[in-house]
Amino acid sequence: MGHVLAVVIDGIIYSSWLFIIAVGLTLIYGVMKILNLAHGSFYALGAYAAASLVGRWLSAGRAPFGSYAMLILAAILVGLVVGPLIERGLLRFMYGKDEIVLVLVTYAVFLILEDAIKLVWGVDAYFVSEPYGLLGSLSIAGLTYPVYSAALVVVSLLVGAAFALALKRTRQGKLLTAVIQDREISAAMGIDVRRVYLVTFTLGTMLAATGGALTAPTVSVVPGMGVEVIVLAFAVVVIGGLGSFAGAALGSLIVGMVRSAAVHYLPAVELFSVYAVMAVVLIARPKGLFRALEARKI
Amino acid sequence: MAAAILETRGLSKTFGAVAAASNITIEIAEDTVVGLIGGNGAGKTTFINLVTGYLKPTSGSIRYRGRDITRLAPRQVTRLGICRSFQIPQVFDTLTAYENLLVGTGIVDSKDAAEAAETILARFGLAPFRDAVAGVLPEGVRKLLDIAMALVVKPRLLLLDEPTSGVSAGEKFAIMDLVLQAVRAAAVTVLFVEHDMEIVRRHAQRVLAFYDGRIIADGRSEAVFADADVRRLVVGEQPC
Amino acid sequence: MRAPDRTEKIALLGLFALLAGGAFLPQWALFLVTLALAKGLVVLSLLLLMRTGLVSFGHGLYYCLGAYAAGMVGQLLHVGDAAVMLLVALAVSCAVALIVGLLLASYRGIFFAMLSLAFSMILYGLLVKSAALGSTDGFNITVTAAAGASLSSASRRYLLFALSASFAAMAAVGMHRFLGSHLGRLAPAVRDNELRVEYLGASVRRVVYLNTIIAAALTGLAGALTALVVGHIDPEMAYWTTSGEFVFVAILSGTASVLAPFLGSLLFELLRSFAYQYSPNTWQMVVGAAMLLVIMFLPTGLWAVFGRRGKRVA
Repeated sequence: MGHVLAVVIDGIIYSSWLFIIAVGLTLIYGVMKILNLAHGSFYALGAYAAASLVGRWLSAGRAPFGSYAMLILAAILVGLVVGPLIERGLLRFMYGKDEIVLVLVTYAVFLILEDAIKLVWGVDAYFVSEPYGLLGSLSIAGLTYPVYSAALVVVSLLVGAAFALALKRTRQGKLLTAVIQDREISAAMGIDVRRVYLVTFTLGTMLAATGGALTAPTVSVVPGMGVEVIVLAFAVVVIGGLGSFAGAALGSLIVGMVRSAAVHYLPAVELFSVYAVMAVVLIARPKGLFRALEARKI
Repeated sequence: MAAAILETRGLSKTFGAVAAASNITIEIAEDTVVGLIGGNGAGKTTFINLVTGYLKPTSGSIRYRGRDITRLAPRQVTRLGICRSFQIPQVFDTLTAYENLLVGTGIVDSKDAAEAAETILARFGLAPFRDAVAGVLPEGVRKLLDIAMALVVKPRLLLLDEPTSGVSAGEKFAIMDLVLQAVRAAAVTVLFVEHDMEIVRRHAQRVLAFYDGRIIADGRSEAVFADADVRRLVVGEQPC
Repeated sequence: MRAPDRTEKIALLGLFALLAGGAFLPQWALFLVTLALAKGLVVLSLLLLMRTGLVSFGHGLYYCLGAYAAGMVGQLLHVGDAAVMLLVALAVSCAVALIVGLLLASYRGIFFAMLSLAFSMILYGLLVKSAALGSTDGFNITVTAAAGASLSSASRRYLLFALSASFAAMAAVGMHRFLGSHLGRLAPAVRDNELRVEYLGASVRRVVYLNTIIAAALTGLAGALTALVVGHIDPEMAYWTTSGEFVFVAILSGTASVLAPFLGSLLFELLRSFAYQYSPNTWQMVVGAAMLLVIMFLPTGLWAVFGRRGKRVA
């Protein structure tokens, strides 16, 4: 039974990580109808920024616990700088184009950012494992887990709760929901769609960067680290239903559990399993588990 | 009376709590021209959508020339000889008018497709627009092209959904004359949705008045237009 | 048989010019052109899908499948004959497309793109974990004969070049004729208005299915050709970035002419080999920037620059 527990716990940790990234992707799609392939690059940018900031902080001999602030700061910085730059500088000229063209635009952004990262940070790996080790570990039913992983789960839950509350309770959240439901009517009713787009894209970028920043201490930060993340995040949002927050949560949980089970029981199908699940879900429910209503055509 | 080409029994369609069609039972005789009237949301387009398989009825049945077609898809219905035009023209925007028709004639009969496309082009007076891309044609011409495409498949029953909407008042009669001339030459049974009562009077041998998903009057046009409910609910006269 | 039109004449003239000129090309140039022609087949298949209104972000599936099919013929059956390898590759990619295509046929837009991507990543995931096939490293394949006759290495190079050129020309002419046929004309019809296609009595699903299979066959063949030319295959061929690259070249080429994919592919390979040489770390950046420029200023592709106003060719 211990094995099953390990699968579930690993699955939860992995799902939490996925959710932070996927919720940003689904947010951007839901509001702007852009399936953002550059999301993986934002994730990588977050990781690199975190590695740099934490490295600076620690080498300056400051209190190690401050490095957590650096992780958050990295995510916020990336969000505030890169998000508006790309939305205002590029994407706003593309609105109204076909969804598939927008995918290609973000693919181009992805390609550009991949090389930009290499130019800025070089091709060597960065290691900043201090924040990871600092918290020690805890044991659950005889299994040992780093507290950092538990913190990741907490952050993910917080992000989820914040979204759920913000969408239901705040004015801004309701405006966002309105834009997701019907862009044209929202614009006609005086919602500043331009501003909503800017905020959405910045927020989405920040979430991807948060995912990267929080991952940075647990891995070696290397070029190309965003490439795989983006297709995983895709699998999550496609399973859940593009643009749905509940879908992103459920999708993360499904992909997290499937992958965790695969890693434990059948490592050979680890990568395969995620996409197989995605294919099965799409075949059974073409628009994902939570699908949006469609308007009458004729 | 000639044999029925179309027969519906208890045809109903509900969307949630809204009944877009309720208990429609009618028979349409072969080789007639029938006008469908009614306000917006009365159920005229729903009726066309049901007959041509775009919507599946909640209950009831549809028979075409004695054959049950209730659950068939548009493609299958089309192949049996029913076709329709659309309120908003459904054409291939990046293809020329000629290619639009050629797509259709190519599906029906690949051997004489080119010739058939030219014939229809000429019959609908579309020859001047032959090589213009459909996406940039004026609305009236797109409308004609849309109707022409419904005829490409050589239907025996044609349903026209507001053939003159979006067409200037002056052109309405001309278009309707042109369409019915083209259609009647092939002895096609026609159902058309129309808001202009003059046009209905002029062309329809029989009129069905829709209100709230039901047929509230059915008969020769003079009789239907004289009906008190129709005057009040469809034509929109105030009772004096 | 009708007389060849302008596009077909150019394709055939191009083939003769290539076959004659190929003998004088230096080895690196011969390799580059061969590769460009083989990959041009993939781009041509994307052209067909784009005419149908579909973009596949998973064409790496068939590309890789064709390559591995050819490779396994060599590795498992110890057959080094190019003809056998190509035929097996064609058969395998068609067989897989018959099934995958059935599932894909009900999807459009980004869902078609993403489901294709998922299928290609499934293959990638499988190959990466299969030690017998070299996992991430892949394996080498060698052509030793063609249709029974054994080959020297110089004649092998020219043979593969001639094969690629012939396939390219045949595929271009075949595609051109297909697109001009009644069946082929349904592709843009489906892209423009599926509802009307159904109301004309044709099955949209069947059109999409057929075109997906044709595209898969071309791509599988191209994958096998690439494998034979490069002499090495690895799972990277199925990775989504490989598919992305093909989509890029397809956008670059535009869908105006069946010849454009080959020119676009050649341009891309040339650019790549120079960029790799001078600035390996900014290569992707150049591609990305070029892509944005094409999307913004040449939405119908590079062909628009010297073609006649966009679409009127097929």
